[in-house]
Amino acid sequence: MAERTAAHGRNVSKEFLEERAKFVRLETVRLTKIAGAGHYSSTFSAAELLACLYYGQLRINPAEPDWPDRDRFVLSKGHIAIGLYPILADLGYFDPKLLDDYTRLGSPFGDHPDMKKIPGCDFSSGSLGHGLSVCLGIALAARPQKRDYRVYCMLGDGELNEGQVWEAAMAAGHFGVQNLVAIVDANRLQIDGATSDIMGVEPIDERFAAFGWDVQRIDGHDIDAVLAAFDALPSGTTGRPQLIVADTIKGRGVQMMELSLNWHVGNLVGRDYDAVIEELKAGLKPVAATEVRP
Amino acid sequence: MSNEEGAALSGLFTGVSDLQESRSVKGTPASRLPAFVLGEELGDMADRDPRVIVMTADLASANRTTEFRDRHPDRFFDFGIAEKNMITTAAGMASAGHVPYAATFAAFCAILCAEQIRTDCAYTDLPVRVLGHHSGMSMGFYGTSHHALEDIAMMRTIAGLTVVCTTDANHLRAVLRASLDHHGAMYIRMGRGRDPEVYAQVPEITFGKAIRLREGSDLTIIATGAEVHAALEAAGALAEKGIETRVVDMHTIKPLDEAEIRAAAAETGAVMTLEEHNIIGGLGSAVAEVLVECERVPFRRHGMPDEFALIGPPAGLYAHYRLDAPGVTAVALELLGRA
Repeated sequence: MAERTAAHGRNVSKEFLEERAKFVRLETVRLTKIAGAGHYSSTFSAAELLACLYYGQLRINPAEPDWPDRDRFVLSKGHIAIGLYPILADLGYFDPKLLDDYTRLGSPFGDHPDMKKIPGCDFSSGSLGHGLSVCLGIALAARPQKRDYRVYCMLGDGELNEGQVWEAAMAAGHFGVQNLVAIVDANRLQIDGATSDIMGVEPIDERFAAFGWDVQRIDGHDIDAVLAAFDALPSGTTGRPQLIVADTIKGRGVQMMELSLNWHVGNLVGRDYDAVIEELKAGLKPVAATEVRP
Repeated sequence: MSNEEGAALSGLFTGVSDLQESRSVKGTPASRLPAFVLGEELGDMADRDPRVIVMTADLASANRTTEFRDRHPDRFFDFGIAEKNMITTAAGMASAGHVPYAATFAAFCAILCAEQIRTDCAYTDLPVRVLGHHSGMSMGFYGTSHHALEDIAMMRTIAGLTVVCTTDANHLRAVLRASLDHHGAMYIRMGRGRDPEVYAQVPEITFGKAIRLREGSDLTIIATGAEVHAALEAAGALAEKGIETRVVDMHTIKPLDEAEIRAAAAETGAVMTLEEHNIIGGLGSAVAEVLVECERVPFRRHGMPDEFALIGPPAGLYAHYRLDAPGVTAVALELLGRA
């Protein structure tokens, strides 16, 4: 898929989306330096997903952030807001210069996003497990309002430990909300270790399918695969909510961070900072680790 | 017996024997009991306003939102026994322009879902109306799991959340109507739904403005919720002893009508608070926070002591904890040194 016209009118290529994913990673490193700490690795795992969503899929209009017919995106794994803010700024929701004061006293931009302070942020998040319920509510609201928007929710795989996720999954299947699209950034790690060691959540796809969802499973770093999954979302009436399980690598893009438990929250300084910037600018290298490492 | 009265005697939670009755409501027609007006009033509001959504968590038969369901099936959602999902879903709907009314036992919204109310409804400043019915110990011998004697304390510490207690059926109607265009999230506390009448008509209300129901110069009882009725009865008994009692319906716990509290202290010289809630953190604490900045007057917080309730029918519990009219009268006499 070489060319794609997003609903908001951008012509986007695979190369452009790769570039935007790189931009997300570079901005994450820059903003983390301002704050003195940040969620590098769980943002990196979602960089391609965020780029494909915002530049290639969502029906949005940055000039009208509250457009009632817009698609919604809720970052249920709110701790990667640091990767979302640069995209919103780049799309024109607010002045990118505002990010230079990221997390400083009085800034609209904290580690977790605040819908009241940030144009383009459809819902505040941070407490894991809430986002799918939020999206269920927005998706259900389309019925009495007779609107045709979709609602996208990004969750982490560790987040699936939260019981409320399954309350929402059950209700979404029960109510048959096909305009709800959940994307699980399955990056295989949570804070205390491998997700499979701390609280196993697999098989994510089979579990959701049992709750009445249509499920796709893809490589979340493969832009063609992500766009194809979006294209495969049904436009007709299926009465089933949609799940995309994106297999990703926590820390993807910086080799020392890939599947490493050390980088959930971190702060690069000095030569380490410069080296990571250079590594990211050079583009993705082959995956450095296939197993979780300490 | 009319059909309406017949309905009042059936149903899982609203139909109760005299033994289970919270307070005597004999002779009160069903149309004037909160449990029977909730679905009707919300249905009427939805007739006029497309923003209204009603949801519950497997308790439509208990809170009688069944009437709303029958009239507006496209705007009614039963989430099953999953309250946290219900509250957060309500917040999502509110973000899309609706005014959702989410009703369940107070124990299972205010206490179980305190974080969802704070983070998803109040922090976001969205117009979610959390309806906590069967508050206090009105569930009687169902026991502490089904009591909510901590909800006011928990809810009133949440920034931006309006906290209102409903007094009776007409007051509930007034609160619901006023809530439609109120800014931000609300916690609306209801009793068992079979609360005796205080207001003969739907009162004019303003959130944050108390209602003075009886004048008096010797004592003010500041009450909330169903205890307002007990306060009025006690005031009558006290009058027979020559004690003139002002009775204030402090229906809004937050924002609090501080002027009315200061006036009570200045003009009547003694203040007693009355609530079906732990005396820690509820109305009594809120009033005390104002009174400590006033000239000192005799003051008594009356409510549930800091303990879990005994097992017993509601009426028995109210008598035991002196939350019925004779008990309130006795506590007032103690406060005034007349016991």
